[in-house]
Amino acid sequence: MRRRGFMSLKMLPLLLATSLFLFCHRGDGVDIDVSKLPPPATRKINFVADIQPIFEKSCYTCHGEKMQRGDLRLDIKQLAFQGGTHGAVFTAGKSADSRLIHLVAGLDPDLVMPQKGDRLTSEQVSILRAWIDQGAVWPDGVDKAKFVDPKDHWAFKAPVRPALPKVKNKKWGRNPMDAFVLARLEKEKLSPSNEADKVTLIRRLSLDLVGLPPTIEEVDQFLADKSADAYDKLVERLLSSPHYGERWGRHWLDAARYADTNGYEKDLPRTIWPYRDWVIDAINKDLPFDEFTIQQIAGDLLPNATTQTRVATGFLRNSMLNEEGGIDPEQFRVEGIIDRIDAIGKSFLGLTVACAQCHNHKYDPVSHKEYYQFFAFLNNDDEPELEVPSAAQLKEREKIQKTISKIEDELLAQHADIPEKMQAWEERMREINYEWEVLEPESYFGAVGTKFIKQSDHSLLALGSSPPYSGYTFVAKTKATNITGVRVEAIADPNLPNGGPGRAPNGNFVLSEISLEITPLDDRSRTNQITFTNATADFSQPGFPVSTAIDGTTTNKLGWAGEDLPGRRNRNRTAVFETEENFGFHAGTLLTFDLKQVYGGELTLGRFRLSILTEKRSLQADPLSQTQRDILAKTPSKRSKAEQRELFTVYRLTEGKRFAEANKKIDEEQKKWPVGPRTLVLAKTEFPRETHIFRRGDFKSLGEQVSPGTPAILHPLPKTENPNRLDFAKWLADKKNPMLARVTMNRVWQSYFGEGLVTTPEDFGTRAEKASHPELLDWLATEFMDRNWSLKEMHRLIVTSATYRQSSKITPKLYELDQYNTLLARGPRFRVEAEIIRDIGLKTSGLLDPTIGGASVYPTLPDGALALAWGNPKWGTSEGGDRYRRAMYTFWKRTAPYPSMTIFDAPTADFSCVRRNRSNTPLQALTTLNDAVFHEISQAMALRVYKEGGADDRSRAIFAFRLCTGRVPDGFELKEILALLDDQKSYFEDRTDKAIAVALSDTTKFPEDVNLHRVAAWTMVTRVLLNMDVTITKE
Amino acid sequence: MNFHEDLNNEARKLVTRRWFFKQCGVGLGSIGLASLLNQSMFGASARGKVIDPLSPKPPHFAPKAKRIIYLFQAGAPSQLDMFDYKPALEKYDGQPVPAEVVKGQNYAFIRPDAELFASKFKFAQHGQNGAWLSDALPHLAEVVDDITLVKSMTTDAFNHAPAQIFMSTGSTLFGRPSMGSWVTYGLGNESENLPGFVVLSSGGGLSGGSSLYGCGFLPTVYQGVTFRRSGDPILSLSNPAGITREMQRKSLDTLKNLNEHHLEVTGDPEIATRINSFEMAYRMQMSAPELVDLTKESKETLDMYGAVPGKASFANNCLLARRMIERGVRFVQLFHEAWDHHTDVTGGVKKQCGLTDKASAALIKDLKQRGLLEDTLVIWGGEFGRTPMVETNAEAGRSMGRDHHPQAFTMWFAGGGTKPGLVLGETDELGFHITKDRVHVHDLHATILHQLGFDHTKLTYRFQGRDFRLTDVHGEIVHKILA
Repeated sequence: MRRRGFMSLKMLPLLLATSLFLFCHRGDGVDIDVSKLPPPATRKINFVADIQPIFEKSCYTCHGEKMQRGDLRLDIKQLAFQGGTHGAVFTAGKSADSRLIHLVAGLDPDLVMPQKGDRLTSEQVSILRAWIDQGAVWPDGVDKAKFVDPKDHWAFKAPVRPALPKVKNKKWGRNPMDAFVLARLEKEKLSPSNEADKVTLIRRLSLDLVGLPPTIEEVDQFLADKSADAYDKLVERLLSSPHYGERWGRHWLDAARYADTNGYEKDLPRTIWPYRDWVIDAINKDLPFDEFTIQQIAGDLLPNATTQTRVATGFLRNSMLNEEGGIDPEQFRVEGIIDRIDAIGKSFLGLTVACAQCHNHKYDPVSHKEYYQFFAFLNNDDEPELEVPSAAQLKEREKIQKTISKIEDELLAQHADIPEKMQAWEERMREINYEWEVLEPESYFGAVGTKFIKQSDHSLLALGSSPPYSGYTFVAKTKATNITGVRVEAIADPNLPNGGPGRAPNGNFVLSEISLEITPLDDRSRTNQITFTNATADFSQPGFPVSTAIDGTTTNKLGWAGEDLPGRRNRNRTAVFETEENFGFHAGTLLTFDLKQVYGGELTLGRFRLSILTEKRSLQADPLSQTQRDILAKTPSKRSKAEQRELFTVYRLTEGKRFAEANKKIDEEQKKWPVGPRTLVLAKTEFPRETHIFRRGDFKSLGEQVSPGTPAILHPLPKTENPNRLDFAKWLADKKNPMLARVTMNRVWQSYFGEGLVTTPEDFGTRAEKASHPELLDWLATEFMDRNWSLKEMHRLIVTSATYRQSSKITPKLYELDQYNTLLARGPRFRVEAEIIRDIGLKTSGLLDPTIGGASVYPTLPDGALALAWGNPKWGTSEGGDRYRRAMYTFWKRTAPYPSMTIFDAPTADFSCVRRNRSNTPLQALTTLNDAVFHEISQAMALRVYKEGGADDRSRAIFAFRLCTGRVPDGFELKEILALLDDQKSYFEDRTDKAIAVALSDTTKFPEDVNLHRVAAWTMVTRVLLNMDVTITKE
Repeated sequence: MNFHEDLNNEARKLVTRRWFFKQCGVGLGSIGLASLLNQSMFGASARGKVIDPLSPKPPHFAPKAKRIIYLFQAGAPSQLDMFDYKPALEKYDGQPVPAEVVKGQNYAFIRPDAELFASKFKFAQHGQNGAWLSDALPHLAEVVDDITLVKSMTTDAFNHAPAQIFMSTGSTLFGRPSMGSWVTYGLGNESENLPGFVVLSSGGGLSGGSSLYGCGFLPTVYQGVTFRRSGDPILSLSNPAGITREMQRKSLDTLKNLNEHHLEVTGDPEIATRINSFEMAYRMQMSAPELVDLTKESKETLDMYGAVPGKASFANNCLLARRMIERGVRFVQLFHEAWDHHTDVTGGVKKQCGLTDKASAALIKDLKQRGLLEDTLVIWGGEFGRTPMVETNAEAGRSMGRDHHPQAFTMWFAGGGTKPGLVLGETDELGFHITKDRVHVHDLHATILHQLGFDHTKLTYRFQGRDFRLTDVHGEIVHKILA
């Protein structure tokens, strides 16, 4: 998939001629001299005897099963007649007009087929001509390859609820699901395994439903419960645990490629954990899966959109973001959308559509054009950050607002002259509503890496890498004369950090100095420097008055900045600079602005616009926003109370001296304004984009314009005018969608049983393996939809089945017959996921802090784990409970992910992953044996065992073993454990230093009332127990 | 053909048969299992002596190179200051680059009308073939007859992360296996106590991150194992404080007994694999520290490389690479991220050549004198080249630098069946475009696999319904550089 770059070499003819990368996209304008063709053969041609061998020898390499250059395939009748990119390559009866003949005969010396290998002889060309002229007879059934029309592929047809199969063994099944499994087993002459013992079941259930092992008390309770519904009660308890959302949320986060950094070179941190918490919460609430889908794709566009539904669009924002210096931001915006399509394809549709990005593939269900129609749904968005205040913060804000209103009420009550004074003020406000001429940027550039996007309102949006400081050169032309002032608008924009208007992480900027040079358009040799005398702004950050932007120096680190108190930030800011003298040449003026921004810390303008004014003097920056201007335009009697109050708020701020005390009091209140975390979301853009096909996937090579649409192979998109992302989301979540329910159920199945019913959960396309139990998959899919897309109900159904409750013991015969347990004649047994390995350790040792949600945390990281990451990043290990949170809260750095998790196959989150590897390596052994976190777990567990495990070593050994496995050790196991313990006890007996070293990670914290020699010996034992296969395995 | 398909399945069957035979015949004695374990390979597995995801496998045909040392010069070294001598640049120094040359090209930082910039280095011809090298490379000049210079390399991406990922995986998209992973997948691992694919680094952190040695969609066993610059050479290699090797052995004995016991109860061969992983880990705890202990090398050797035991450096890594391949490591990838000279390219090249030139040349000499160069392919190069134009930006404090240049750059190769003393490829008089013998990254990959005995179109892995390969659907073997 060559995606970009090389076609730009075209302008060098020499290279073009020698290029290996010539594409055969040629117009048909090439002169073809048909008279040079060899004449058609006169004998009767037989396709199989005469034509197919020629195709086979000379064409199939590029136009056969493996490759379809120019989208042409000559080994299958149906496709050969369809032709390729340029349409049909031969027309029956018309060999002289057939492109195939022109190319193999070499009429165009620049493009001869075949491109490699021997050319066709003129005799062969004659035979081909004759075949075409004789009607291009291609008998059915002689094709060299079998072609399955995607339309006939099972996965693209809506699941139909199958009848329950008949089974001989009527006793075994517990719910309808089992009938499908049993029927297959009976067909293979196998019988299911016995039910697993209760300890195995509770541990299996706990690991599956909440991702944590059961406590000894929980095991005992379950063992003691002899009631018929003991198992069901256990299932209910686990399904209603808040940890259920963590467990199943983590699965979804793989598909959602959730991470805490932006990826690529700089891989800077991002805040999107509110999305992670949204997922946990949605799963705990059992949000129906169709709504779960819709909110993540278009939660911002819902008619009743809330902060939470907007947070859900973080699914799309989990794409990586390249902030490397010198990038083209458009390239990586496009890559982001490509990633989103990939993620949607894998997680909601079970379709791998990436190939269609560059070309059509004969057996792909999604065409090149359809890919970009898909793209068009996702191409009209801004990429903002959304503040997500907590409920408590919202309450606090309400309180603050009330207090402020009260102060304003008092002010109005105290000063009876306010209405009258405000009238005069309003008059002045109308006066300063000047008619500015907005300058159209002619040319512009900033510091290294800055790339400006020109918006249709003539503002420039700075994207690309964000330099610490920058000068912006801005050149424009005007015909105006008598120019008296310049306006700089710093414009808030959703694509800027925190909404801008600056590029610093908080959205602020500092304009250090503005200068302007003018040149008459008819004499470029003359330049004059303009002197500014008076600077005003609608708002200046205390300490950064706008006057310092014209003080003639940048060395004082001063300038105009726009950061107000919390709750009043990230708004448009306006400054006006009045000139000493009127200027403007009659022949027109070239204006060259230099906006110096040298403060550092990325405090540069993010989006800005420049305007000029003529004639007027005593200029003042407009303190009113557009909304406030609209209010002002109304006669006072037509204004609502709130509107009038809004104007008053501006007024009291402009009357700084008179209302100083009240303003100060209000500011004190405003300072308490609680600021919530921000999360990445998607929102419809103000500047819609056209979508074109990218030829060969190259975003700079635009083809046909396309409108949003869905692949023809799937259910139709309901007819609407201008379908948008919400229509697309609803289409995905439609019950008519043949994929969504199947794909989701398949992934759920995979988590329980190790492999999906379709073993390629990311690809249900024509090349996917058939399902092992197709009827079961369809039954589950229809059941899922019938149960209103409730995942919880489906979990309940699966875990209460007899299939799930089987023992996982393997007999040699069974292993021989079905090593991967495809037939399900036994229960699942496999190593738990990376995160659960840590969680088991933390829970077992008692270290776990079970807090759910919140900002990601930084548990202990091995020294040097970030050594290969760009820019020498810091980790800053968390303190207290945050060091012992569940693994899913570990800060996920894409270019240097937490080592002990990737070693156990956690995906990097660079892209959507719906199936993890499950490897078994020495690096894993080293990790659980020696990694500092795991050793700390052994130590904590040893201390716990020593203190809580009973009066003697034997009962402690049993306690320890039960913590790890749930069950009581057998005689052999107990003997082994005690033997190691005794050996280590005698070793540590007279080695206090060693004992301290082994038993304690933090030697400043000696535990009280324990014999550390013994704890050290127990640490050696718990370390072994935690490393047992059975401890990290779901049985 | 996907010739590695189902090896896994087959292996599991074999071992299982064998295992159950033992169990049924004599019971699961420790003897039976131990004999199985002793055959083990890195990563793995009691799955069997012959077939194992990491057991050595023959390539498609007899290879010229049995192993690779890849000296990845990340950040992109300036070919114009080291290899690609352009007297014309001196003539046009300070003049704007002609518009027709740069039309339509993407640049990261500079403006397209930037001035041309002649190298400040002195160039001279070296060796029997009279290859041009700048005086930044005095040591390479000594071995220039042993290397193959390719001055006509070109790539698709012009930002660091994508270009490094492209060079490493054949795709600018994330999620593809790295070259080392492909090779390990294809050849397995012949070392019993070291990984088959090792990653070393000097210089700064990598723009492309862990994707540069990741396994993508291949099984995790094929991932590059990073050796660290200080402390444990491999993460978590040392026992926790206070635990001696003897205590570790005792613990592992108990662990093994418990695991074997459970294997007997459940019958899941995965447990046997796990037991073996622990045994292998234990052996690595011995072999890896021995491997990185450079004090065993003679003073002569240390001096030749400029290596200092205990002081992490590119030189140490070159020497480590030799020690690794001697011990059976297949693919050693050294990253030296240090060449992104947007400013003062002269000073930068001088400094980095000072850190790398001697050791790179020493590696060639050392391999040659030990008879290893013949079947070891050494690769040197970055992710793209640098512009013939100057990069200057006062506000960013940049001057006399060079910007990213994907159109043309230089790499060199030694050993492994490449043609010593050859200089391939030419660029135009400004060093901007290639004029002869263009070699694309895909072609490089095809050639590397070819030298290892692979048909690059047949080393495939099925994922998402498609047979993937390192060269995607591209790649032509560069026969001209092959002996």
